[in-house]
Amino acid sequence: MISSDPKQVKAICFDRIHLVGQAGLKVARKNGAYKFLPTLLKDFDSEQIVDEVKKSGLRGRGGAGFPTGLKWSFVPRNTGKPTYLLCNADEGEPGTFKDRDIMRYDPHLLIEGMLMAGFALGVKDAYIYIRGEFLAEANILDAAIEDAYAANLLGENILGTEFSMNLTLHRGAGAYICGEETALIESLEGRPGRPRFKPPFPAVEGFYRCPTVVNNVETLATIPAILEFGGDWHAAIGVPNNTGMKIFCVSGDVNKPGNYEVPMGTSLKVLIEEYCGGLKHGTVPKVVIPGGSSTPWLTAEHYDTPLTYDALMKAGSMLGAGAVIVMDETADLIAVTRRLAHFYAHESCGQCTPCREGTGWLERIMNRVEAGTGCEKDIKVLSDAAEHMAGRTICALADGAAAPILSLLKHFPEVVQERLMENAE
Amino acid sequence: MSEVEHVHFTEQRLAEIGALAKKYPAARSALLPVLHMAQEDFGYLPMQVQQLVADTLNLRLMVVREVVTFYTMFREHEAGKYRLEVCTNVGCMLNGADDLVQHITKTLGVDIGETTADGMFTVTEVECAGACSGAPVVQINNEYHEKVDAAYMDAFITKVNADIDGGQA
Repeated sequence: MISSDPKQVKAICFDRIHLVGQAGLKVARKNGAYKFLPTLLKDFDSEQIVDEVKKSGLRGRGGAGFPTGLKWSFVPRNTGKPTYLLCNADEGEPGTFKDRDIMRYDPHLLIEGMLMAGFALGVKDAYIYIRGEFLAEANILDAAIEDAYAANLLGENILGTEFSMNLTLHRGAGAYICGEETALIESLEGRPGRPRFKPPFPAVEGFYRCPTVVNNVETLATIPAILEFGGDWHAAIGVPNNTGMKIFCVSGDVNKPGNYEVPMGTSLKVLIEEYCGGLKHGTVPKVVIPGGSSTPWLTAEHYDTPLTYDALMKAGSMLGAGAVIVMDETADLIAVTRRLAHFYAHESCGQCTPCREGTGWLERIMNRVEAGTGCEKDIKVLSDAAEHMAGRTICALADGAAAPILSLLKHFPEVVQERLMENAE
Repeated sequence: MSEVEHVHFTEQRLAEIGALAKKYPAARSALLPVLHMAQEDFGYLPMQVQQLVADTLNLRLMVVREVVTFYTMFREHEAGKYRLEVCTNVGCMLNGADDLVQHITKTLGVDIGETTADGMFTVTEVECAGACSGAPVVQINNEYHEKVDAAYMDAFITKVNADIDGGQA
């Protein structure tokens, strides 16, 4: 049970996740799913809901951290066009695996959040875009959606009200870039996932050029609690401007990797030592990537940093999707960087020259560096290429590709130097 | 599937596709789901299957080709009966994925991307599977296997091979 006292809240999205049978509608309802929905549909109007979400301080949990209520308020009304709601369940950022748990263990929480968002935004058709590899999760969600239709929680005149909304699950097919919201829209229109220029932003011109809101799974799963307990309740959890709980996906060199939902502002050290059973080797991590592979690295000096959007930005990185990849003293940072360079080269959609060409350059040079067959010039080319990619493309993939390279060169120049020409002729 | 073989969707599939297409503002949105269905029905997506999908959704073949080649889950070539897709991105790499790939390829006598001579196994490296707490992760025909080690893969391969010898595969 989620406590109405913000100080007592232990979990929001994961509150019912461990209950046996929670993926089934009957059990979920017994445990409180859709309990507040009739009240909401009867007593709230759109403006009130958007206001509560604004008041809650909720920021998008998918990576960018944009205030959710504000995003919703950008949707123009009475355009004569339909408004669409898309749930971004692409979960492709290396290191994230939180949305998967919400979808497979508590799919009705996501559906309820989408219903509430859909009601607030006047949506008639909503879609969940789930990454293609999550087939088991897609089957669970599909069954949950079917049950929700049968119980009149989806479809026409939901629970006897004027509100009608359809929900369709849509599987991607293996493309990291489709987690970028405009690429997701392109993909949902049956095309390769190539990001669109912004503006216009999706709120104004998105899916089939209609007003569209794209929200992450965790973001939408937070909505039911915010509306039941109020925006102020949510704003009292965490720290100002970084409110609520956040799921951190911790992987790499820790004893107990996993998903941990903690109040915003919990320190990195507490997360790793108290929740994850500490590091596998040593007492201080060599590198922590705090928000997924596209976010700049933190080193030992930042071990006490509170996990918030603001504090991580101040430390030179980003909270991103909350994907904390931990590396202890045993990690081969050159190999890690080379692997990430390969990832971004593989996933670049190819439409912007700096990214298409740059990611290839970074990968080829990192291959040489790892093999110890590089040359002195390689370091300069790496940093030049990375710097000239970031911020010069339609989407942020190029920035993500640059991040590990620039982090490696900044924090561990001696490691690169040592390895660079190890095996040169 | 031979190059000249005529391919078609079953009546049931066509009904399913028709219902699916109506869920979107335009039928072309159904392209990815229909390609998934076609791949399920035919095993992979050779040109005549891509043409079938194009005809079914009233799209140009080039539109379908562009999508098939963009997304990694769509296969234009036949793979082994068991696709062993090993995640080697950072979370899995830190937990021994590279050694695991090496073990699997050595055991099966193939390189990454290749299929064994008996057509049973194809080994590929894939990008982050989104299950990093279970690293290293291997997807076997769309099913996630987590915290996989060499012994686990040995047991899997041995079982498949025993089933072949027993005539069950």
